[in-house]
Amino acid sequence: MSNNSDPRTQLTLPSGITVEHDPDDLWSDSRMIVNIGPTHPAMHGALRMAAKLNGETIESSYCAFGYTHRAKEKLGENRTFHQFIVYTDRLNYCSSLVNNVTYAMAVEKLLGVEVPERAVWIRMIVSEIARVVDHLVCVGINAVDLGAFSFFLYGFHQREEAYTLIEKLCGARLTTSYTRIGGLMFDAPEGFEKELKAWVNRTRKVIDEMDRLLTGNKIWHQRTIGVGVFNKEACLKYSYTGPNARAAGIDVDLRRDQPSMFYKNVEFDVPVAQNGDVFDRYAVRIEEMRQSLNIIAQCADRMKKGPIWAEDKRVRIPDKDVVHNTMEGLIHHFKFFMTGFEVPEGEAYACFEAANGELGFYIVSKGAPRAHRMRIRGPSVYHYQGLSSMVRGEKIADMIAALGSINIIAGELDR
Amino acid sequence: MDIRTPIPTNGGDWLTKFGETWKAQAEALRQKFGGAIEEIRMPPDYPTDVPIVYVRKEAVAEVLAHLKSDPAFEYGFLSDITATDEMTDPRFEVVYNLFSHVRFNRIRVKVRARDGEAVPTASSVWPAANWAEREVFDMFGIRFEGHPDLRRILMDERWVGHPLRKDYPLKGYQIFTDAEVIHPELLDKG
Repeated sequence: MSNNSDPRTQLTLPSGITVEHDPDDLWSDSRMIVNIGPTHPAMHGALRMAAKLNGETIESSYCAFGYTHRAKEKLGENRTFHQFIVYTDRLNYCSSLVNNVTYAMAVEKLLGVEVPERAVWIRMIVSEIARVVDHLVCVGINAVDLGAFSFFLYGFHQREEAYTLIEKLCGARLTTSYTRIGGLMFDAPEGFEKELKAWVNRTRKVIDEMDRLLTGNKIWHQRTIGVGVFNKEACLKYSYTGPNARAAGIDVDLRRDQPSMFYKNVEFDVPVAQNGDVFDRYAVRIEEMRQSLNIIAQCADRMKKGPIWAEDKRVRIPDKDVVHNTMEGLIHHFKFFMTGFEVPEGEAYACFEAANGELGFYIVSKGAPRAHRMRIRGPSVYHYQGLSSMVRGEKIADMIAALGSINIIAGELDR
Repeated sequence: MDIRTPIPTNGGDWLTKFGETWKAQAEALRQKFGGAIEEIRMPPDYPTDVPIVYVRKEAVAEVLAHLKSDPAFEYGFLSDITATDEMTDPRFEVVYNLFSHVRFNRIRVKVRARDGEAVPTASSVWPAANWAEREVFDMFGIRFEGHPDLRRILMDERWVGHPLRKDYPLKGYQIFTDAEVIHPELLDKG
């Protein structure tokens, strides 16, 4: 041994990045190409990363996806506006309700339809439930990837209860298809507000518990602080949105800064962190869940009885007794489901703060019942694009931490 | 307080908030770039939610860079790049959706391109444009000049045709039995 107390030295690679050279690591300085995914338990969905390793350090990498491509944008041009609602569930399947709501908002924007008050409050409630569920999944799975299994179970119990609430609204747990153009499929049942508030109170406690369990944990700190850093400039370059951007200090939340629905009328804070590492993304998500629960409680207080569907003959599916008992109702019903309603010519980009960031629907209509162009802007595409530069020079195990923390959902990525 | 603030409908809420800003910006763009701006479609006159700026193909990177950094615009955030197939001449419109983190308003830039023509890349302005342009190439077959790595992104590399073109069938299956290989040359770029 030399006198130098630290045997590690800095090594500059041909590509210009400096990595740590560890003489104790047998594999240091050897190059190996590793294919991670598309079907690997640590990759969240069918994602693939080809990485060139120097020992355990990722020297360079590139990402590939498209393994679950279902041609949703093409289908959007071949299905009526009503039929396309079910396809939006399968975008980000962890928070399908947000997708339903955003899609309905886009078509309503084109049509100029205003949604009744009660429907808007319920839409806000379901969006926030979906956000809580999505964040629970994200922080839970991220912790599982790093070895903290019990943390995940706390969250998943609450997630199941949230799905039971969603089931009471629309009869489905995962693929909800809850919104209709101009309103909602079903009204909330009797006593829904009470159950909702009970769930909110229970979930608040569970999130505090999860917070105490993991946030101060030393191993968690060592695995997450300073890992997968993506600073403010990088986030802007790669169009990062949502919690991932807010973890790096970009103080933008479309609910507050580009308000839609009644978000102007509820009070909530937007948590922002500074470092943009895995820990900050985790911390931002934990705090966002608390804020979402506050929003749900406020919405539950303020929603009143009323219609849940706009009184607009174009978009409203006729009631069943009208369909079965009148000729006009039957014709209306058949016209609605066989040809669909015509959306006036024009184009609109409706976007909303989904759980992972800006979810946008850019619809171009040429006056037909089908869209001329149905573009879905999912946040995951842009987040995944930044992964290669995020993990350059990091250990391969830290890549898994970084991937879990930016919460890529393959359904939204591949569309 | 009246809480019945409606969902911003077509041109409603955004127009009262940003109408004047947009008008001033449209005027500034016309003065700065002159002939490079083909036309500007403003919201109340044309059914759109935000102004659409049609830019001549050659000048698009320059206009986007100006929109990004000029203090009168500050559209620093690239929301999305996509395209539409209009089946006319010129056939395609490449669409850039921009968002401002300063004023919180949006604007849309469009470029018309004929089939087979290349559009200058925006990836030098925003690195995020890289994958978005790859997707446009994959789905529509529009090439981007100066793009660092213009490969297919969603479809298999061996795929023939561009699925989102209007003349592409809804069920155009192509079956591949073996997997895509890794490209070591992509890993050498660093």
